[in-house]
Amino acid sequence: MSRSTQPSFGIEKLLRAALYSVLILFAVYYLLPLFVMLVNSVKTLDEIRGGNMMSLPEVFTFEPWLVAWSKAQIGVEPTGLSPYFINSIMMVVPAVTISTALGALNGYVLTKWRFPGDKIIFGLMLFACFIPFQIVLIPMARVLGIIGMAGTTSGLVLVHVVYGLGFTTLFFRNYYAAFPDELIKAAKMDGAGFWRTFTRILLPSSGPIIVVTVIWQFTNIWNDFLFGASFADFDSMPMTVALNNLVSSSTGVKEYNVHFAGAVLAALPTLVVYVVSGRYFVRGLMAGAVKG
Amino acid sequence: MSFLQIDKVCKSFGTIKVLRDISLDVEEGGFLVLVGPSGCGKSTLLNTIAGLEKLTTGEIRIDGNVIDDLPPSERNIAMVFQSYALYPNMNVGQNIAFGLEMRGMPKDERDVKVRDVAKTLQIEHLLDRKPGQLSGGQRQRVAMGRALVRNPQLFLFDEPLSNLDAKLRVDMRTEIKRMHQTLGTTIVYVTHDQIEAMTLGTRIAVLKDGIVQQYGTPAEIYNDPSNLFVADFMGSPAMNLIPAVVRGNAVEMARTGENPLVLDFKQLPGDVAAYEGRNIIVGIRPEAITDADNRALVRDGQQAVTASCLIDVVEPAGADIFAITSLGGKEVVTRLHQDWSGQANQHAELVFNLEKVVFFDPESGIRLR
Repeated sequence: MSRSTQPSFGIEKLLRAALYSVLILFAVYYLLPLFVMLVNSVKTLDEIRGGNMMSLPEVFTFEPWLVAWSKAQIGVEPTGLSPYFINSIMMVVPAVTISTALGALNGYVLTKWRFPGDKIIFGLMLFACFIPFQIVLIPMARVLGIIGMAGTTSGLVLVHVVYGLGFTTLFFRNYYAAFPDELIKAAKMDGAGFWRTFTRILLPSSGPIIVVTVIWQFTNIWNDFLFGASFADFDSMPMTVALNNLVSSSTGVKEYNVHFAGAVLAALPTLVVYVVSGRYFVRGLMAGAVKG
Repeated sequence: MSFLQIDKVCKSFGTIKVLRDISLDVEEGGFLVLVGPSGCGKSTLLNTIAGLEKLTTGEIRIDGNVIDDLPPSERNIAMVFQSYALYPNMNVGQNIAFGLEMRGMPKDERDVKVRDVAKTLQIEHLLDRKPGQLSGGQRQRVAMGRALVRNPQLFLFDEPLSNLDAKLRVDMRTEIKRMHQTLGTTIVYVTHDQIEAMTLGTRIAVLKDGIVQQYGTPAEIYNDPSNLFVADFMGSPAMNLIPAVVRGNAVEMARTGENPLVLDFKQLPGDVAAYEGRNIIVGIRPEAITDADNRALVRDGQQAVTASCLIDVVEPAGADIFAITSLGGKEVVTRLHQDWSGQANQHAELVFNLEKVVFFDPESGIRLR
């Protein structure tokens, strides 16, 4: 190393320090709400009222979590969030599975079994991605009423499948567009038909895009409030709506610690999905980019 | 009766005619090569034989049976694709066995067949690998194994060597030829490489714009081209196509700053007589023009003319020397003996083998016989 580069080496160190400071600052800024939620969910209500939001708990208690889960007053029943958590699971799992499966099938047909007008069909499905939630509320309510699925979990599943189909089709179509046509031809020559080509050749190579689609659909459907509030009745209400009912109830004392615990509970499944499959998410996006 | 009959086949995509009235016959055990520039319809023709494309009109028969309405899997045809199209999620053994599995063959029977084929192709040690872990040549072998294992009555090859490097391509070419000689199965092979076409085919069909330009043995295609396109497309270096004027039984080729070169024939072909005093195109392959000492290229008794020509460029190529001269305003490539000692920008005595000269109409490009 020559002498002239010596001072710039110092500057580089300084810049690096500045960079890390900024990054740490942002990380703290983003993690702060999570910190506040977690810390206050394990405090007693007295401590929250009397003290500092940011301070660590003096008396550590899991009571707010238990209350939020199984005892808190939701609407008129003191059931806690647990039945609604189950409702959400009952809604999310079929909705994600069905919309992903149909999206994969659509993508397969739109790229490998082209038919006259396929581009128009795809264009219309793409259009579905740009329709705001609010526009479909009233027509969807009418449809659910007519087919007798209003206020049920299966009705919500149907709504989410229909609304998500545009996205899942888009994901799979773009992924399969880069899948070599010669492989499909080879499968045809080998005697594989429509379904066996799909299940034996395409699906086993679709891991990355399935992960991407599942994360996308799971997050959207789990976090949805509007459809849940509009189309569910008391027995089929998803977690998000129940959480709202818990937090915004106008009677009694505001139990902030319970509210915080409930909010963390509601966010937990999406967090788990991201942590478990997050690396596939990144890998999936990369794989699509390089393979093309 | 021929084994594979392609009878007046036409194929259109909308208003675009890709294949126009194609009729070809191949005997059993034959090796048909479809050759032509890209977009000539050769791959489409292969796909219609495979059943991957429906033909618009016409008929394709194998062993006398019309196969037009059969799906690809029921035609008893196997195909090797340009990209090899190996299933990326299966290992080599599963790739080879997939076609048998789809036909419902029991697993132990499949295993025996896969092992046999792997042995023939010397890929036994690769059976557990995924296609992504194979080299280009190994993938090529696996693709061939997948076709072989089904023991089909017809093999289709769609430019199978175009993804390999030059040396491997020559090796695999020999291997395909050897495989054909051992198995004796009929093969239809698509390529844009005229050397592959010449070396592999028992019959060659030269295609352009969806029309068969010429159909014949490699020797017929090479020595007796039916039009300018075939003459120009087949052979490397390409045939010299020189504008000339007909004078009686001779043709005159203009030279800059010199007297025209006159090739005096005993007897010009009948069609050429009508062009007296007019332009025609004279076709001479590079090896039909050589140096005076290289008599090996002109057999005894063949008509030849010796003339002094100005050499512009000398290109030694190891086995031969290619010398370029200028006739009729065109560069003319000549193939000389490797011990030839001439220099560029000097005159040299060149021998023209007149028996190898062909003539074409300059407008239509049709061969004059």
